[in-house]
Amino acid sequence: MNHLRKTLLVTTVAAIGAGFAAPAFAEDVTLTIESWRNDDLPIWQEKLIPAFEAKNPGIKLNFAPSAPTEYDAALGAKLDAGSAGDIITCRPFDKSLALFQKGQLASLSDLPGIEGFSPVAKSAWITDDGKDTFCVPVAAVIHGFIYNKEAFDKLGITVPQTEDEFFAALEKIKADGTYIPLAMGTKDLWEAATMGYQNIGPNYWKGEEGRLALIAGTQKLTDPQWVEPFATLAKWAPYMGDGFEAQTYPDSQNLFTLGRAAIYPAGSWEISGFNTQAQFKMGAFPPPVKKAGDECFISDHTDLAIGMNAKTAHPEAAKKFLSWVASPEFADIYANALPGFFSLSSTPVKMQDPLAEEFVSWREKCKPTIRSTYQILSRGTPNLENETWTESANVINGTDTPQVAAEKLQKGLDAWFKPAAAK
Amino acid sequence: MTTIDTTDPDAVAKRPVRWHIAVFLAPAVLIYTAVMILPLIETLRLSLFNVVDNQSIFVGFDNFKVLFGDDRWSVSFWNALKNNLVFFLIHMVVQNPIGIALAALLSLPVLRLRGFYRTAIFLPTILSFVIVGFIWKLILSPIWGVAPFLMDLVWMKSFFGPWLGKPASALVTVSLVSVWQNIGIPMMLIYAALLSIPDEVIEAAECDGVTGWSQFFKIKLPLILPTIGIVSILTFVGNFNAFDLVYTMQGALAGPDGSTDILGTFLYRTFFGFQLQVGDRSMGATIATVMFLIILAGVSLYLFVIQRRIRRYQF
Repeated sequence: MNHLRKTLLVTTVAAIGAGFAAPAFAEDVTLTIESWRNDDLPIWQEKLIPAFEAKNPGIKLNFAPSAPTEYDAALGAKLDAGSAGDIITCRPFDKSLALFQKGQLASLSDLPGIEGFSPVAKSAWITDDGKDTFCVPVAAVIHGFIYNKEAFDKLGITVPQTEDEFFAALEKIKADGTYIPLAMGTKDLWEAATMGYQNIGPNYWKGEEGRLALIAGTQKLTDPQWVEPFATLAKWAPYMGDGFEAQTYPDSQNLFTLGRAAIYPAGSWEISGFNTQAQFKMGAFPPPVKKAGDECFISDHTDLAIGMNAKTAHPEAAKKFLSWVASPEFADIYANALPGFFSLSSTPVKMQDPLAEEFVSWREKCKPTIRSTYQILSRGTPNLENETWTESANVINGTDTPQVAAEKLQKGLDAWFKPAAAK
Repeated sequence: MTTIDTTDPDAVAKRPVRWHIAVFLAPAVLIYTAVMILPLIETLRLSLFNVVDNQSIFVGFDNFKVLFGDDRWSVSFWNALKNNLVFFLIHMVVQNPIGIALAALLSLPVLRLRGFYRTAIFLPTILSFVIVGFIWKLILSPIWGVAPFLMDLVWMKSFFGPWLGKPASALVTVSLVSVWQNIGIPMMLIYAALLSIPDEVIEAAECDGVTGWSQFFKIKLPLILPTIGIVSILTFVGNFNAFDLVYTMQGALAGPDGSTDILGTFLYRTFFGFQLQVGDRSMGATIATVMFLIILAGVSLYLFVIQRRIRRYQF
């Protein structure tokens, strides 16, 4: 009797609990989403989940993020144990590729809606042979320069289109002396590589053309189009703040948002932070081209995608959700909630933030590419990406000449990377 | 204890097995084995294995051949070892002599506010590396730092530079910050040793007219030499295991241009990976093994060669 009562009590409590968790019909399917973006929790709960559930009765979403630093390890353990969620947020490149190769991510090559993404957008979540796409691209960050509009107006500088104009503007700002021309430091190394080399580089190596040629082995890092960006970077040094060698990334951000610097070599992820910090009007311009009329290229770097656990119990519901992720509606909500993390969908998204709108408008006139070191080329030791950090800083600090820096990088790459053309 | 045992041999025969010794030792032995000895053995084992086609296989000393023979690996390794040696030498040349001097000053009977100085100088030692690294990065920042401002006050601004960002000065700067943080340890150990010198010895020296500097060098220094030896070996072990301060101040790539890369950061990058670099557990374990051997060699040298020659005085 006692036992029975206990059981009854337990089931009642469980039923009430379940009732609270999912106040809907019993046949509802709940999809759990794994993610490292715990910052995005409010966006999912307030905007994305209601929008999806309203259109898809019978499917419930549960966004369950973990801490960014723990995500990879936790997800790996959960996938191995079979307890991972139905939907997986994908890191770019090799980490997700490894999951796909282990059979833990499902192929999405035939997912309705996946055709709306360009090859560049898909490049981070595709097998080396290009046969299988395994995640729906969600967000990318674009590189360029953010500038202090008030400083430009005060000094009568127009937005530079070409490299000559860019350096003329820097010279003018320096001569005036009110502002530090360029807010960038080399202390943290990656600023020099990511905001410097990868920012201006695509104009030299012609974006995807150069990047793919590097992977194919038909171009080398010692070729002029790969050395020149280093030479240009070296010319930045006189325009950077006093003691830039010890200037860190937060220092650069603060210098700019406090209005002490005029131009900030940027990634679009800065937009929301700068909007709240800076008290002045800001504008943005893409990396200047060499000569007026040259074709322009931008780094539109893929950062986040969403895929499906191959062992999910509800593959149909999961695919329905992923198709929605691939739709313009999702892109619109996501990109506007997080200005600076742009949708990768080929359908243009109308951005409400003017700075973000400026960044994303470059996609129409310039050709996008991703950072040259990320796909395939950073798999071995020495690691090309890490070496590029060190060498970019070296070039600006004057420790190495552009030629020497490029030779070091190529030598490191040659040590383990055997491209198809060399075979 | 021992005298009782030898005078009463029957007690030895009747004595029951002293289980309590094993019981009391067990927790320490078990914990030490679990968290120190087993991981050490596992690390040594791992350095002899490598992953080929997703299979961990025994490769003998191949990992060591790569570390010392491969162009890239050996350059990184020797660079880290060289930097580590410089790091250690700066500690030996700056930290320990100043530590001894501070201890000698603290032990002067005429000194006032001794407790305050002792606490103030020891305080950085108990601060976290993260705090120390962050504070010093701010102090030395060319943009917001207090260092350029203070140097300006004494007309020395022209000598200020972005020290942490220049390959030539970064390692020395980081070493000196580490010295600043750790100077309390030699100071305290030597201070304790100085206090333990009996007053009779000092009084006898004074009767013989040995005072001031010569008293310190002829009487006190020889008496604290064993402690200085211990301090040196602690510095050696600590420096060759160092990692955290460089990591917090200069990042995992230990820039600029690898100029602050010491064995600890080299190991960290290799074992755990960094950014796009994936961790290589076998090569990481190989570096860890080499570090272990270096420290073992240093400690053995001290134990078997130097410590035996140090004369000890009994009072």
